[in-house]
Parts: sequence; C-alpha cells; structure tokens
Amino acid sequence: MARRGPDWRARMTDAGAAHQAEHPSYLAHHFSDIEQQNESGTLGMWLFLLTEIMFFGGLFATYAIYRLKYFEGFHLGSRHLNYKIGALNTAVLIGSSLTMALAVRAAQLSKRKAIIGFIVLTMILGIAFIGIKLNFEWAADYHEGLIPWMGFHVEGPYASAIRLFFCFYFFMTGLHALHMVIGLGIMCVLLRMASKGRFDTGYFAPVEVTGLYWHFVDIVWIFLFPLLYLVGGLY
Amino acid sequence: MSVHVTSVRVYITIFLCLMVLTATTVFVATVDLGAFNTLVAITIAVIKMLLVVIFFMHVRHASALTRVMIAAGFIWLLLLMAFTLADTGTRNIPPQPEGWGAATLAEPQK
Repeated sequence: MARRGPDWRARMTDAGAAHQAEHPSYLAHHFSDIEQQNESGTLGMWLFLLTEIMFFGGLFATYAIYRLKYFEGFHLGSRHLNYKIGALNTAVLIGSSLTMALAVRAAQLSKRKAIIGFIVLTMILGIAFIGIKLNFEWAADYHEGLIPWMGFHVEGPYASAIRLFFCFYFFMTGLHALHMVIGLGIMCVLLRMASKGRFDTGYFAPVEVTGLYWHFVDIVWIFLFPLLYLVGGLY
Repeated sequence: MSVHVTSVRVYITIFLCLMVLTATTVFVATVDLGAFNTLVAITIAVIKMLLVVIFFMHVRHASALTRVMIAAGFIWLLLLMAFTLADTGTRNIPPQPEGWGAATLAEPQK
C-alpha cells in the first residue's frame, strides 16, 4: 500500500465527488451496482431472520418437550382459549402481510401515495391485531384467572400443567406481540422516509427488508395459532 | 434494472390460499384424529409458511446464495427439533416384562 501523502484527504474527496457523479446517491461506494447492494441487503436481513428462527425455534422445541410430558394439561389449557378470536387475528395478520407485500410492490413501481397508503393499512391491521389480543383475550384471561402470577386459579388434577401451558401461551404470544410493536415502530420510520419521497424503482430496500421482517412475524403466528388454540381439539 | 414485480393477482391468490388453509386447520381441529390432529395442523402451517416465504418474501426471485442460506437455516431448525424430540421422547421407555427377553434378563439375578 502506498504511503499517504499530506493531500490524501483532498484526493479522496475528489474521488468521492467523481464517484457521486457517476452513481445515484443511494448506491453505496463498496457495491458495484444496485443489484449487488439489494442482494446483500436481502441476504443480511435473512441472516438476521435465521437467528430469529433459531430463537423462536428454541421456544417451540421447549413447548414440544413439555407438551409431550404434560399432554392432558396442554390439551385442557388450550380449551380455555377462544379459538374464534385466534382465527380472526390470524386473518387480520395475514391481511396485514398482504398489504405489506403490496406496499413493497408500490415502492418497486415508484407509486409514492400507494406506498404510504399500504403502509398505513398494514399498521392499522397490526394495531387491530394487538388491540383484539389485549382487549378480547388477555383481559378476558385475567378475569378468568388464567394468568400465572396474576391471580391464577384453575382447579382440578391438571391445574399445574395448565399453569405451565399458560406460561408458554403468554410468553410466546407476548414475544410475538413485542415483535409486532417493533415492526410498527419501523413502519413509522418508513412512513417518514416515504413522505419525503425517498423510495422509487431504484431504491426501495428499506421497504423490502421491513416486509421480510413483517412476513416473518406473520409466519411465527401461523405456527402459534394451531399449537396454542387448536391443540386441545374443538370436538 | 432487474426488479421483479409480482402482480397484484398473484398476491391476492396467495392471500386467499392462506385464508382457505386457515379455515381448513380450524375445521380439522373439530374432527378427532388422535395424534394425527397435531401432524395435520403442523403440515398445514408448513404449507402456509412456504407460501409466505416463496411469494410474499420473494424467495422465488432470490439469488442462489440467499436460497442456500435460508435452506441451511431451516435444516438447522429441523436438527434442533429432531434431536430434542429423539432424546426426550425415548427417555422413559419401560423394559419389556414379558416375552423371550424376560427369561434371559431374570436369570443372572438367581
């Protein structure tokens, strides 16, 4: 490597300015083109999502162990849950995934108003999910005495196993809801960027990557719904 | 510029498929299939996951590197589940008290 002379900083700036002139501002210097930049971003987001998959995967594995061990308790615990509200929330969340996918599409096509519209719709559906959960489920669970350490009272021979089921239920759905709240926060930033007209056919990586995160949260719920609400059977 | 734009029609079709599968999983839960209830529920959830991953998350347009990495992640998850359940599921298998094994096992105690 050549030794840096006293004027190296100035030369760097000149090189930078020349580079800016050739390439759009959203293309980082270390990528040869926008496709490489997009691919790297997608790869990096998936890497993060894989750590999340292992994180939730550990929880699902623990759930599987205890469900095999305390089969009847998990069965009875599941029957305390309102599967109709669970199914409604599944529909709401899958709907929000659709609107998120359409927001990414709008960004790809440089439709600025549509980006904002679909992100707002996604946020409304996300907030609806959390609202339904808090209002119709967790509040009802509290009044029925189903929350461990918060007035839990279930009688019968399987009471302690049912309590364990509800520990899983609240931890898993709580963690899922936390991910949704984080997602809603990220979407606020997206809205700000979109309103400044930052996204178009050339640059839509933040919308795409947020979409990946939101769909991942949707997938976690796709597994949580049958494993929590339907394992007890509806017959 | 090779931006793959999926048509609205495809997105809505996938959404409707996911809705139908959700209704199916609720319906199957109303039928007593014994241990198969969980199997069917997980199978439907895996199909739904694949639809979301392939179409909503654009894996069908992703590079080979991204696909290989995602597949590796899921294989690792499968290992986690398989080895955990292979261990905990086979811990307390009681010894068979009857049959040809019982006589040979009982002999050394005399």
